[in-house]
Amino acid sequence: MSEINAKRKTRPSGSRNQQVEPTWSRRRFLIETGKTAGVAVGIAGLGYWAYSPEPVRHAQETVLTLKDFRVESNPLYPVLTVVRGNQVAAMVQEAVTALGGMQRFVQRGDVVLLKPNVGWDRQPEQAANTHPDLVAAVANMCREAGAKQVWVTDCSINDPRRSFARSGIERAVQQSGATLQLPGGDDFRLTDMHGSLLKVWPVVRFFHQVDKVINLPIVKQHSLSGCTLAMKNWYGILGGQRNRLHQQIHTSIVDLAAAVRPTLTIMDAVRVLKHNGPSGGSLDDVAQENTILAGLDEVALDSWALHLLDLTLQQVPYLAMAEQRGLGQTDWRSLNWLERQLGTG
Amino acid sequence: MPSLRTIRRLYAVFFFGLFLFLLWRADFSHLQGYEVDLLLELDPLTALAGGLSSGTLYRGLALSLLVIIPTLFFGRFFCAWVCPLGILNQFFSHLFQRLRPAEAYRRNRYHPLFRVKYYLLFGLLVLAAFGVLQTGLLDPIALLTRSFVVGVWPALQQSGVDLYLLQPHFLGGAWISLLLLAILLANRFMTRFWCRVACPLGALLGLLSWRSLFRIRRDVDKCNDCSHCLEFCQGGSDPNGALRVSECHLCMNCIEQCPSAALHYGLPQPRSSLGNAVDLSRRRLVESGVAAALFAPMLRSSYSAASTPHPTMIRPPGALTETDFLARCIKCAACMRVCPTNVLQPALLEGGVEALWTPILVNRLGYCEYHCVLCGQVCPTGAIRPLTVQEKVGTPGQTGTGSAAPIQLGTAFFDQGRCLPWAMATPCIVCEEVCPTSPKAIWFKTVEVTNRQGQSVAVKQPYLDPVLCIGCGICENKCPVTDLAAVRVTSVGESRSRHNKMILPG
Repeated sequence: MSEINAKRKTRPSGSRNQQVEPTWSRRRFLIETGKTAGVAVGIAGLGYWAYSPEPVRHAQETVLTLKDFRVESNPLYPVLTVVRGNQVAAMVQEAVTALGGMQRFVQRGDVVLLKPNVGWDRQPEQAANTHPDLVAAVANMCREAGAKQVWVTDCSINDPRRSFARSGIERAVQQSGATLQLPGGDDFRLTDMHGSLLKVWPVVRFFHQVDKVINLPIVKQHSLSGCTLAMKNWYGILGGQRNRLHQQIHTSIVDLAAAVRPTLTIMDAVRVLKHNGPSGGSLDDVAQENTILAGLDEVALDSWALHLLDLTLQQVPYLAMAEQRGLGQTDWRSLNWLERQLGTG
Repeated sequence: MPSLRTIRRLYAVFFFGLFLFLLWRADFSHLQGYEVDLLLELDPLTALAGGLSSGTLYRGLALSLLVIIPTLFFGRFFCAWVCPLGILNQFFSHLFQRLRPAEAYRRNRYHPLFRVKYYLLFGLLVLAAFGVLQTGLLDPIALLTRSFVVGVWPALQQSGVDLYLLQPHFLGGAWISLLLLAILLANRFMTRFWCRVACPLGALLGLLSWRSLFRIRRDVDKCNDCSHCLEFCQGGSDPNGALRVSECHLCMNCIEQCPSAALHYGLPQPRSSLGNAVDLSRRRLVESGVAAALFAPMLRSSYSAASTPHPTMIRPPGALTETDFLARCIKCAACMRVCPTNVLQPALLEGGVEALWTPILVNRLGYCEYHCVLCGQVCPTGAIRPLTVQEKVGTPGQTGTGSAAPIQLGTAFFDQGRCLPWAMATPCIVCEEVCPTSPKAIWFKTVEVTNRQGQSVAVKQPYLDPVLCIGCGICENKCPVTDLAAVRVTSVGESRSRHNKMILPG
C-alpha cells in the first residue's frame, strides 16, 4: 500500500495523456458551426422530403387492358368447321383451310400466342390436357404463315414444368420451333377485365406482348360448370387467387370470354374426358371422338361440343349468358358451318 | 510442376464447383440421372452414424469407403481438398485473417479447445448407437447442403437470379441461414474455427488418420525452428514440433512456407520427426459418452411423432416409419431442393426435438405432386425410400390380382365451419376439381340451401372418401380460404405407419 502511495507522490500532476486541442478562433468556430448546421439542415430536409400523412408509400400501379385479337369477319368463309379423322395435323390443316387458311389470321411478322389447356401433370392419353399434336400443328402453320415468333403458355394447376413435360406439349413446342413461355412469379400484369364480376386481375404478361392469340382448348367434363371448353380455357391466363372464381363460375367464364377475344379457336375433341374431370387420371374416363373443331365463335364451338359430354344448353347456363352478352351464338346450326371427314375415321 | 498448394487449390475449386453444380442440377428439369447427392454419399460420418442407428450401410453410402480407406493411408485429406464447407471456411479465413506473421504463429498453434469436436463426435455416435441420429445437425456436408437449399439458393432467387419459377419459402429458414453465417464469421476469430473445434466429421477423419502412413514429416536436422510453417497452417497441427497427425488437413501450406525445405509429405525419412497421438482425455471421453447414453432415453421419453402420431407431421411419400425415418434422416434437405412445389419443409419442434429440420409437408405452401417421386430418388440415406411412380399411385383392381394400394401420406378432413358450400351458401368445389385420384376421393352432394336473404341456392357440398384419399394435400393447397384452409390433411391413415390409422379396411 505504501509503495503505491509513494509512486503516486512521485508522479507529476495532471493526466498522463497530455495531447490538447488548439484554442478555437472565431473563424474556426464559425466554420465548425456552419458544417454542423449544414448537416442539421440536411437531416431536416430529409425529414421534410420523407414526411407523409400515410403510413406507406404507394407506387401507382399501371393497369392494362387486353386488346381485341380478332380479325375482320368475312362472309365468304364459315365460322365453324368440324373435321373428323385420324391424323391430327391433317385435320387441323383441313379445319383452318376451310376457314380461309392460317394466312387469314396470322400476318408476316406477327408474334402469335397459343393457349392450350395444360392444367395437369397428365399424359396425352388421359385427355386432361390439349393434344400435343394439335399444338405442334398450329405452331407449324403459324410459322408457315409468316409468324415471327410463336409462343405457347398456360398457367398450370399442377407444377408447370411437370405439366408441360408430361403432357407432351413441351416436346411439341421444341420440335415445332415455337417458344415455351412458362409463367413465373413476376410474369403477371394487373389487367382490367371490364367484367360484371371480374374487374382488375393479374394476367400473364405474354397476352399483352403479342399480336395474335389462338385458343387451343380440349373438351372435358367439369363438376361445377358442367364442362371446360373454349371459354373456360381463359381461366389459364389468370394469376392471383383464381380459385375464388368458382363461387360464380358462369359469370366468371362469360367475363373472361368477353375480356379475351382470340384470333382463332381450335378445339381438341380427339380424346374427350367424359368423367372425373377436369383432371381425369384413368383411361376409363376417356372417350375417343377423333374430332377437331376450328372457329371464330367460342359460344358456337362450346355449344357444339356439349353433346360429346351428354350435356344440354340448359345444364350449362354460361352459354346463354354469353349469347345475351353478344359474345356469339348458341344455335350453331343457324351459322355458316361445315363438317368434313378425312379418311375412313 | 505446380506446387502442392496450387494443386490443392485446384481441387478445392473443383469440389466446391461440383457441390454447386450438383445442387443446381437437383430439380425436375435438370436431374436427368445425375448423382446429385454424391458428396452426401461420400460422407463417412453419415455412413458410420447411420450404420449405428439403422444397422445398414445403405446403397450409395458405400461410396464413403472411397474416403475412409484412403484416409487410413494418406490422412485427413478430405477436409482441405474435398469438403465444401472446409473449402468455404478456408476461403473466409483467408479473407478475414490478415495477421502479422508472429501473431499468425501464435494463433495457429494447437489449442486444447480442438478436443471439443472429438467429444461431440463421441456423444453423437453413442446417441446413434441408441437409434438417435443427430449427426446431420453438425455434419458439414448435410449442414452446407441444408444451408444452401434453405438459405442461399432462395436468397439468390430473391436477388434476381432465375433459379425457380416461384420463389420458395422455408419454415424457420432464417435460423438455418444464420447458423451458416455464424460458422463463416467464426473464421474471423480463428482460422477454420468450425473445422478445428466443432466439426464431428473432421473428428472422425482425425481418428481415422491417426496412424496414417503418409503424413507431413519434418527433417529435424534441416529445421531451424523458425515457425514459418505455422503462418498458414489450417488445422493448427503443430508441424513445427511433433505433428498432431489427427489435426492436419494436408493443406500443404507448411511445406510451401518452409525456407529450409525441412518438411515433406510422405513416408518417414532417416531424420524425420515423431508424430503426436490424438490429444484426448479418457475421462472427458467417458463423460461425453455417459452423458449421451443418459440423454438418449431422456430424448425418447419426450413427446414426439414417433411416440404418438402428430397431425401435422406428414412425411414425404416413401418415408419409413417414424422411428426408422429418424434413424436415417440427416436433415440434409436434398428432398426440399428437388421438391417441385415447395411443400417439403424443415420441421421445427412440432414432431419432437429429434425431428428438428427433418422434412414434412406443409400443404399451405405446396402439395405433393401426384406423379412426382423425386424426393425418394435423391434421399442419400433411404429415410425416404425410392419409389417408382407406379408404386406411388398404386395399381387399381381387385385385391390379389396384382393390384397395389397407393402410398397414402395422410387424410383430408373438411372443416364445415369454414367451407363455403357448407357454411356460407356459396358454390366452390375447387377441392374436388383438383383431386388427382380417379375416381376422385372428394365427392359431393348437390343440395338446395337458403341464404340469409331467403333465396334458395344450389351448392355442391364436398365429402371425403378416406379409402381413396392419398393425403397429397392439393385440396388444402388450392382451397380459396387462404389462411386456414377449409379442408386440411393430417397424418392419420399414412401408409408408413401401422398405428396411425382410423378406418378398418373392409
